[in-house]
Amino acid sequence: MSAAPAGRPPVSAEPAAALGLAPLLTTPRARPGWWVLPARVGAMCLVELQKLRHDRTELYTRAVQPALWLLIFGETFTRIRAIPTGGVPYLDYLAPGIIAQSAMFIAIFYGIMIIWERDSGVLTKLLVTPTPRAALVAGKAFASGVKSLMQAAVVLVLATLLGVALTWNPLRLLGVAAAVLLASAFFSCLSMSIAGIVLTRDRLMGVGQAITMPLFFGSNALYPVDVMPDWLRAVSAVNPLSYQVDALRGLLLGTPSHLLLDFLVLLAAAAAGITAASCLLGRLAR
Amino acid sequence: MTPDAVTPEPVTPAPVTTGTVTPEPVTTGTVTPAPVTGTTATGGVAPDAVSCRGLRYSFGRTKAVDGVDLTVVSGEVFGLLGPNGAGKTTAIRCLTTLLPVPAGTVQVFGHDAAKERMAVRRMIGYVPQQLSADASLTGRENVALFARLFDVRRRERAERVALALEAVGLADAADRMAGTYSGGMIRRLELAQALVTAPRLLMLDEPTIGLDPIARTGVWEHITAIRAATGMTVLVTTHYMDEADQYCDRVALMHAGRVQALDTPERLKAALRDRRGDDSAPTLEDVFRDVVGGDLGASEEGGDFRDVRRTRRTASRLG
Ligand SMILES: Nc1ncnc2c1ncn2[C@@H]1O[C@H](COP(=O)(O)OP(=O)(O)O)[C@@H](O)[C@H]1O
Ligand SMILES: [Mg+2]
Repeated sequence: MSAAPAGRPPVSAEPAAALGLAPLLTTPRARPGWWVLPARVGAMCLVELQKLRHDRTELYTRAVQPALWLLIFGETFTRIRAIPTGGVPYLDYLAPGIIAQSAMFIAIFYGIMIIWERDSGVLTKLLVTPTPRAALVAGKAFASGVKSLMQAAVVLVLATLLGVALTWNPLRLLGVAAAVLLASAFFSCLSMSIAGIVLTRDRLMGVGQAITMPLFFGSNALYPVDVMPDWLRAVSAVNPLSYQVDALRGLLLGTPSHLLLDFLVLLAAAAAGITAASCLLGRLAR
Repeated sequence: MTPDAVTPEPVTPAPVTTGTVTPEPVTTGTVTPAPVTGTTATGGVAPDAVSCRGLRYSFGRTKAVDGVDLTVVSGEVFGLLGPNGAGKTTAIRCLTTLLPVPAGTVQVFGHDAAKERMAVRRMIGYVPQQLSADASLTGRENVALFARLFDVRRRERAERVALALEAVGLADAADRMAGTYSGGMIRRLELAQALVTAPRLLMLDEPTIGLDPIARTGVWEHITAIRAATGMTVLVTTHYMDEADQYCDRVALMHAGRVQALDTPERLKAALRDRRGDDSAPTLEDVFRDVVGGDLGASEEGGDFRDVRRTRRTASRLG
């Protein structure tokens, strides 16, 4: 602008000192590019932990369903011996499946939170921070993984109480945590992507409910792939939940599994999920 | 844009001399607002805080912003005024990089909002129209999150967060859940969230909407005090004309996606007084009515209605 007034009096440090705001006058310097992703993921996960600390009811109520699965379904089918598990007691066979299932149920409704954050203006503000969309989505995805991890820990303890002989090898448990985090990142990104498409909470609830059961039953969480009809095998082959369950069984029970393939698929699924959700997040910002 | 509407140049900001026409900040009383320096370290003239040329944005067939030109000078409190639906929020969302800039150019301190998003975001603090604090976190956690998202270093973080909360008068309530805050407190918490990142430009979208009169004054007093203390530029939208008159250095009157007039409230009022040629003391609302031809909304009476075309010419002369 031609007539823009120049030469305004320089800002004096005095008023800032009066309010004691001097330390707030310097804009924080940007971090190097590689720092952004881990820093944002860390910040989002911390928020999730803080929320869990303020309100633990969700942690308790969410333990009910997996407990029922293990207690009723697990105990019953252990007695019936209807499902060929390769010599493992059915309850043991089921426990990793229930860990995966309960973590998925949390992640698949994570998009509801995104929609709530959109409606309340929280998301708007997050989108105006120096955070690339992909880093924001990754942050949210792994924050949902924090919840899923807590859930997995609860189910592990429940299963142990019911007499399931799970491993306590720390390295294997680390692998379990990684598998739960990656799968949870995928399912929460799936949920956020759907949120970006349907845009309202009610529709997302509907879609979420419609896909959780097919994902669950179309996986090896309850029964081995060998007993499935061919079409269901095809579903299971493209279902990341199956790879997660396979990895968890291998790590927790020591049954034969395909750990390398499982982790590759989970990594690829998480990356694809983050990409899709970051592309669709813009629709929520409009 | 029709030919007789506001042309790009008339919105040139009349140079505002601080102290003469600038309203005094309420709380600090003696301190005149201290705009940031007009020259950079290199000796060149500092770029304007916001420079917006021919900005347009449509939602489908709704032209929400229809060719807006405006310049916010570094250090001023600039008010974007207009009734609901005028396009204020859409315009501000283009400035914040939330919406793309499909037509026109938007620069924030010389950085293009379409091309240098991250650089622009680092310089702005944004308080959206909704009350946007996270109710399931404490006030302190809400502010600390934004400190982290703007890369405030760990060793300064606690101090900065505490200072920001103190500056908005929330030090005592800092460790309560934000869900227990009143509307005015949440607005102040949002101010702290913006303040902790030391933005050069603070953008507030209807900061006092839905607040009771006392909370409104409280929010404004904090905005003015913070601005006086930090010298940051403030861009605020509002549909409360009295607030704009009292607290803004310059205002742009926006209607139907366009800026219809732009100047200091005093000059806008003086110009209307001259046009009317009587001794009445018009308010900013009278100016607005005059500029948009009384067409403020469906509920308005036609008493003040003037020919829109004439009004537009008035607007361009005014601007
Ligand atoms: N997300 C949206 N989708 C469709 N139309 C919108 C959307 N947001 C705003 N509009 C329309 O754009 C116009 C300007 O709205 P807005 O910028 O919110 O005005 P203000 O903030 O001045 O009240 C209005 O006509 C409004 O209906
Ligand atoms: Mg608005």
